[in-house]
Amino acid sequence: MILRKKNLVIGISVVAPSIIAIAIFVYGFISWTLRVSFSNWNSFSALLRGEYKFVGLRNYIRLFQDTRFQTDLWNTLFFTLFFLFGTIALGIIMAILVDKGLKGSRLFQNLYLFPMAISFVVTGTVWSWIFAPGTLPNNPQGINLLFHKLGLDNLMWGWYTSTDSLGHFNLALIPVIIAAVWQLSGYTMAMYLAGLRGIPNDIIEAAKVDGASEWKIFWKVKMPLLTPITLSALIILGHISLKIFDLVFAMTGSGPNFVTDVPAIYMFELTFRSNRYALGSAIAIIMLLFVAVVIVPYLFTSMRGEKR
Amino acid sequence: MKRIIIVLAVIFAAFSIFAAENALEIFSWWTGGGEEEGLLALFDLFHKYYPDVEIINAAVAGGAGTNAKAVLKTRMLGGNPPDSFQVHAGMELTDTYVIPGLMEPITFIYKELGILDKFPKDLLDIVSYKGEIYSVPVNVHRANVVFYNKKIAEEIGMTKEPTTWAEFLMYLDKAQQKGYTGLALGDKNKWTSLHLFESIMLAELGPEKYNKLWKGEASFNDPAIKRALSIMKDILKYVNSDHSALTWQDATRLVFEGKAFANMMGDWAEGYLKTLGWKPGVDFGWFALPGTQNAFMLVSDTFGLPKNAPHRENAIRWLKFLTTVEAQDTFNPIKGSIPARVDADKSKYDIYLQWSMNDFATKAICPSIIHGSAAPEAFSTALMDAINIFVTEQDVDKTFKEILWIAEDNGYLAD
Repeated sequence: MILRKKNLVIGISVVAPSIIAIAIFVYGFISWTLRVSFSNWNSFSALLRGEYKFVGLRNYIRLFQDTRFQTDLWNTLFFTLFFLFGTIALGIIMAILVDKGLKGSRLFQNLYLFPMAISFVVTGTVWSWIFAPGTLPNNPQGINLLFHKLGLDNLMWGWYTSTDSLGHFNLALIPVIIAAVWQLSGYTMAMYLAGLRGIPNDIIEAAKVDGASEWKIFWKVKMPLLTPITLSALIILGHISLKIFDLVFAMTGSGPNFVTDVPAIYMFELTFRSNRYALGSAIAIIMLLFVAVVIVPYLFTSMRGEKR
Repeated sequence: MKRIIIVLAVIFAAFSIFAAENALEIFSWWTGGGEEEGLLALFDLFHKYYPDVEIINAAVAGGAGTNAKAVLKTRMLGGNPPDSFQVHAGMELTDTYVIPGLMEPITFIYKELGILDKFPKDLLDIVSYKGEIYSVPVNVHRANVVFYNKKIAEEIGMTKEPTTWAEFLMYLDKAQQKGYTGLALGDKNKWTSLHLFESIMLAELGPEKYNKLWKGEASFNDPAIKRALSIMKDILKYVNSDHSALTWQDATRLVFEGKAFANMMGDWAEGYLKTLGWKPGVDFGWFALPGTQNAFMLVSDTFGLPKNAPHRENAIRWLKFLTTVEAQDTFNPIKGSIPARVDADKSKYDIYLQWSMNDFATKAICPSIIHGSAAPEAFSTALMDAINIFVTEQDVDKTFKEILWIAEDNGYLAD
């Protein structure tokens, strides 16, 4: 009994610093941001005077009427959809290829994983050079120059400077999505690879004995077993893409007519360039809610799983 | 344990040296190229006069000053101001720090030294609020300049610099027909399109009316602003198609590489062209944007005196020092800008800067919007967004309406 009590004291004192730090630096700041987002602090002098005036949802209403913010929301939606689809599809394909254990697969495994080690700013800068269109049609640059040299002039295009769109999907996002997929598909590959290697061989053998084809084994045996991995990948990549900033900021900025703008860039500019702290905080809270929509259900299911 | 105490004591001692009585903390975003060199030269010169004062260089790099401004705001808000800090002349200082009452007026410095007539009156107006001067302008850049490639100018038969839109557009057209880009633009970072637009606006309104906008004496609801938008639309026909992939340096480089005829930029572009190895007047020429020949669109860095500066005495010494011809002539030739004093030594500057100095002393001085002098940051960022949309959609009526809204939001006349 005494021992247990002592353990409890040690246990609490060990975790206490991090609990306190998290309470202040995560939850404290979240609630402060929430408070600012309901305030009239939309200029530096208002902030300086420190007079807090509660304005309810006014900042949020203003944002949703703002055309730039509307564009941002559509961009986030399409970026997230294509980014998730791209990374997961490419991740699975690469994982299967590497898992076949062909000669040199070890090398490729590392090669695919490398981009993840690079910071988004570097990726953004390099891909912005690759997709810089140059002045068409006479002075193509980057990938356009490659197409030109190959005689594929039809493929030359404005890339991230293009203002074309399909419905609400701004095509200028395509190069950004390519860069993001390039960077993180190696990571999903690593996750799936771990999953594939964790599948016991006897299950697959059993399926083979039952006469299942390779294709059928993949879809009916392997994929269901990989579901938790797909779920984790969706959560991790989903929250990255919902709050993406550095890649877009370094690669394209907000783009002409905000074709590649995302909420995080708008938040940064409102807060640190326009001094509209309350509006900036409102965007921060909206982004937090987006991520929460993705993560909270996952936390609940995984917690229930643990209890069981 | 003992060792730790000793280490802590040493660290503490090191900090207390920094907090020394006789120090001077100067805050800026001059961290690279000629700017940093110029600042360090100023420090050396200051040190010669006041050898006992220890200068602390609190420069913050990155984001063309954006990062520094954010750090400064936090420090001012927390009641921990530097002794003196770099800030753009005009509203960037007035709206953010003077109106809330964080700055000390420094008119007494000007009076004591008897130098009120050594700076252009328009400039002192820009750095004043309610009759008191709040900062010392150190350098001046001109924003309404077009730089052009002389070889291409010869090829398209330009013998005289254009002074009207019709002539300007004609040359842009000729350049385009020869396969060059007419006017190079690089608006990846968005501000350059407003940089172009504000000067077109100045041309159409004229300097007098333009300056009245910011004093609340003229309304934004003016056909001249609408005209400015349609002229911008005409000019955009001659802009490189990949403008949104380029920065201002890339755009200036297009002129250098002989791919574009001209580039409209502040005269930091002149410094850039010189670094690339071009000679002013030989390889490249320049002219004020048509319609703005009688105006000088001003971008100026200034230093002010925050209230509760920890070393107020030294800060005043620093500000007095900055007003001298010697200090201004030390800093500006290195940075590639012109001094704010009209009686500086012209022989220290190249022929472009001499031209600019002449205009500075004689032409009407107008505050730039995008470079923080004319209007609060909230106004300029909102206008920047509106112009960014305009560059793509080119809808004159819609953008004009938006400009009126932005003006109204920020307390300017709009009806």
